Amino acid sequence: MELSAFEILGPIMVGPSSSHTAGACRIAKVAKSIAKENFTRVEFQLHGSFAYTYKGHGTDRALLGGILGFATDDSRIQDAFKLADEDGLHYEFTKIDLGDKFHPNTVKIIFYYGDGSKEYVIGSSIGGGTMVIVNINGMDVRFRGIHPTLLLQYQEQKGVVAYVAGILSGNGYNIESINTVKDPLSDIVTLTIEVGNSISDYVKGAIMGAQMFVTAKYVEI
Amino acid sequence: MLNTEKEIIEICQAENKTIADLVMEEEIAAARGKKTEETIRKYLKETLNVMENSARANLNRVTDSKFSMIDGFAKAANEASQREGGDEPMAGSFIMKAMAMAFSTSEVNCAMGKIVAAPTAGSSGILPAAIMAAKDKYRLDEKTLEDGLLTAIAIGKIIAKYSTFAGAEGGCQAECGSAAAMAAAAITAMRGGSASEALTAASISFVNVMGLVCDPIAGLVQYPCTFRNASGVVNAITSADLAMAGVKSIVPLDEVVQAMKEVGDALEPEFRETGLGGLAGTATGNRIRKEFLGE
Repeated sequence: MELSAFEILGPIMVGPSSSHTAGACRIAKVAKSIAKENFTRVEFQLHGSFAYTYKGHGTDRALLGGILGFATDDSRIQDAFKLADEDGLHYEFTKIDLGDKFHPNTVKIIFYYGDGSKEYVIGSSIGGGTMVIVNINGMDVRFRGIHPTLLLQYQEQKGVVAYVAGILSGNGYNIESINTVKDPLSDIVTLTIEVGNSISDYVKGAIMGAQMFVTAKYVEI
Repeated sequence: MLNTEKEIIEICQAENKTIADLVMEEEIAAARGKKTEETIRKYLKETLNVMENSARANLNRVTDSKFSMIDGFAKAANEASQREGGDEPMAGSFIMKAMAMAFSTSEVNCAMGKIVAAPTAGSSGILPAAIMAAKDKYRLDEKTLEDGLLTAIAIGKIIAKYSTFAGAEGGCQAECGSAAAMAAAAITAMRGGSASEALTAASISFVNVMGLVCDPIAGLVQYPCTFRNASGVVNAITSADLAMAGVKSIVPLDEVVQAMKEVGDALEPEFRETGLGGLAGTATGNRIRKEFLGE
């Protein structure tokens, strides 16, 4: 994988583990920005090494800290349980085996809402504090949360990638990465586009308002 | 651009540049106007500041962690480094002080204090100790230290390209091995060594710890991590000395790193940060694990 200088040397963080503390904090922070607001409970399902060693690495406090919006070097991570309790946020940590397909440091974060609905985000901490979001509500994705990202889903049809790319380039945006995954059963395509700069509301509206999208999300940390 | 040892050496020679120059240029180019040399150096200064604080924080202070597996090592090693004559450590005051500084950062990290993941938190003691030891010994200026960090980043980029930094994937060789390799290249460059010597120093550091497993007791980043940070800085210093003495590694760094990946992939999960095998799986390791998990 190609990493930037500051991903290799960094992050500046509170210990004790870049993958189990800083990476976990980042996954949760990005997951929170993906999920709908006003969730009342969060469940963290821990897979692999996360499940075995989370207590020792403060993974639980870091995940909760990420949900509370803390950066990796925020010393409030140490008090995340207390601060979440004060906020009235309910949380629980459980273990899960997601299978060999997933990286050993993976967490499935489930957000529960007052109306009984839920959403989930799966992220993997891949070393040195770097993380990647790999699944959102069942759709396979792959983005690192370091660039503003568009997440779009549509029924397989021609010209969608060109349509979105055209609007972005026409408005001066540089595409950092573009990725499509098609579900063979439903023919639903998930299109993930990372862009160089924050997308304006006008351009967001032009892209995400298009009728062809069954899901449209914009994520920026 | 920075794909193989051969390419890096050729570019440095052809364009009369250092590895640090290449990293700076690549970082600015990749950011497409969002980063300048000034902003990058500002981050490096901040990084050095956090590193210096963590490396010196516990030289005269004893932390108090739950199982007391690593508390007080930095202070003990620092005191020993000041003994003279017949009581001077056999490795010398300099090596003893360098190990003390590696312990210090490990102790800060264990207490959820502020550190720089370099490249990971578990291995965060090595690079600060190497850089501060070189700074103290050769009275290096800030710019030289920053260029040392940039050189370390170049090594990190090669590792990330072909392998991993995660102990959960590649064992301790991927964490403390990577940190030592990055530190070895950094101090070689800071002392005026060539690009070729810096890459050789990194290779030797990896060769020395190929196959090292990640087996932390109870999954805590404490024991054996703190010792591997102390030995990691010694590994970096001696590897740099050997490279600058003209010793060669016949296998180039990009191939060494690929070998490290192959070895890491072959490690059983018990030896990849699960806290189950190796030292974690000993009678003592199991006792502490049970106590910690409240079983």
